[in-house]
Amino acid sequence: MTVSRKHSVIASLLLIGLFAGSVLALRQIQLLRGNQATLEDVLYLPSGKTIKRMSLGYSGLLADIYWTRAVQYFGAAHMRRAEHYDLLYPLLDITTDLDPQLIVAYEYGSVFLSQNPPEGAGEPDKAVALVQKGIRENPTYWRLYFTLGFIQFQDRHDYRAAQEAFEKGSQIHGAMPWMKVMAARMAEKADDIETAMALWNGVYENTVDKDVKKTALGHLQSLQADAGIMELERRVQFYRERTGSLPTDWPELIPAGLLRGIPLDPTGDPYKLLPNGKVEVTDANKYPYLGEWLQKHPKPF
Amino acid sequence: MISRLTAITLNTFREAVRDRVLYNLIVFVLILLASAPLFSQISIDIERLMLVNLGLSAISIFGVIIAIFIGIGLVAKEIEKKTLYTILARPVRRWEFVVGKYLGLVLTLVTNAAFMTIGFFGALLLYTRPLTRSDASLLVAIYFILLEFLIITALTLLFSSFSSPIFSALFAFALFVIGTFSEDLKNFASMSHGISRWGASAASWVIPNFASLNVISQVAHKQPVGGSLVLFNTAYALLYTATVTLGAVLIFERRNLK
Repeated sequence: MTVSRKHSVIASLLLIGLFAGSVLALRQIQLLRGNQATLEDVLYLPSGKTIKRMSLGYSGLLADIYWTRAVQYFGAAHMRRAEHYDLLYPLLDITTDLDPQLIVAYEYGSVFLSQNPPEGAGEPDKAVALVQKGIRENPTYWRLYFTLGFIQFQDRHDYRAAQEAFEKGSQIHGAMPWMKVMAARMAEKADDIETAMALWNGVYENTVDKDVKKTALGHLQSLQADAGIMELERRVQFYRERTGSLPTDWPELIPAGLLRGIPLDPTGDPYKLLPNGKVEVTDANKYPYLGEWLQKHPKPF
Repeated sequence: MISRLTAITLNTFREAVRDRVLYNLIVFVLILLASAPLFSQISIDIERLMLVNLGLSAISIFGVIIAIFIGIGLVAKEIEKKTLYTILARPVRRWEFVVGKYLGLVLTLVTNAAFMTIGFFGALLLYTRPLTRSDASLLVAIYFILLEFLIITALTLLFSSFSSPIFSALFAFALFVIGTFSEDLKNFASMSHGISRWGASAASWVIPNFASLNVISQVAHKQPVGGSLVLFNTAYALLYTATVTLGAVLIFERRNLK
């Protein structure tokens, strides 16, 4: 081996050694700072407007990066079923300051904020503030009114505010006709399970994101199952009043004219009739939000 | 005169190509190809937006960096290598040298931006097809970026005509940063009184206005750009560039090269 070749080999080995050392040092720094260190920087930033000034005109790109950070932060907290999402609102606020037309940040960001922990941050007031900011910046985008009405109905249970949001949204050019129907429903029967189903259906139809669509479908099918259970238990009670005993199986209700066949749940499985007259779905794992609505709205019987 | 200008322009362009300036195109294409699939996985519903914001910002940032770092050496390098004396010993006037250098760098930047534009639309077609009529407004944003290059190149050449490369780079970059705040300067002027009002107002007219040339966010959201803005931005960029280039020529004409 020539001297210069020997030097090259030693230099290469040194290079690899030094690089490995830098990786180890960086690993220690990351452990010291924690996973959230970079994200927590947002708490020290004066405002999104300042960051916009500092972006040298490339605020659109920065907004996309902040939106991605918000999604990543939410996703990570959601995965570990966190009870607190302290950085979510500041991240969304900065994102929408950087790009006030970034509709996706208002639409999905408000859903992240409004849902109860661990599904979301459980901060419906902040979700409302975010959507209202979106409406101020994008007054002709009617779907934000739908989002606002949805949060008012679903998470704040403020039916009057929900009605107002749907009403205002329905007046915007290009708004779907069912926005008017929603406004009317809020005024008349906001407590109906059909109203909740119609709203989740609206979310399902309006979104293009597969995760939000999946969540909406989960809510929709759980509500359909809740409605099915409620109706079947009503018929079972009716049978009991008529015959003096509870039915042991569904076919008993068919000759009585209370059913046309074996009742199926939204995923096609038959409902289970329990000996005490209660009704259940065959596989409760298919319905992540089963019973949520019934808990908030006790049955009339 | 035209042939002398063309010769200097083409030589400047060739020199930039020889300096491997166009290698940045490879980085640009890699950024574009990697960003869309990456962000579709880690973010929600911003693939196209990200592609447009990243593509247009990259065209602008790469161009500004090239304009500054090539521009600062345009005159200084010729003096340092003493090639300037050979050029000026020929029947070439000093203003022809300055303008030729300017046009050569602009040609480099336009060529670079043209290749980037092809790559950008290719990526857009690949990930978000089909292209729609509203995508034409992206070309307006690219046109504004080219106008931005005209101004920044002229400024770099101006500083390069009397200062050292390092200070030219600092001055040019500082003016680029301040230029993005030019509308804030105007607002500041309207809120202040007395001398500071006059000072801020004068600065807002003298400092290049890069804010109005940046419509990246606007076109990323498929919002149209008004024809009058295109017209006035063009007029502004051409007039401002002509003023600054003339300033560079005047300084260089009087510069003692001994």
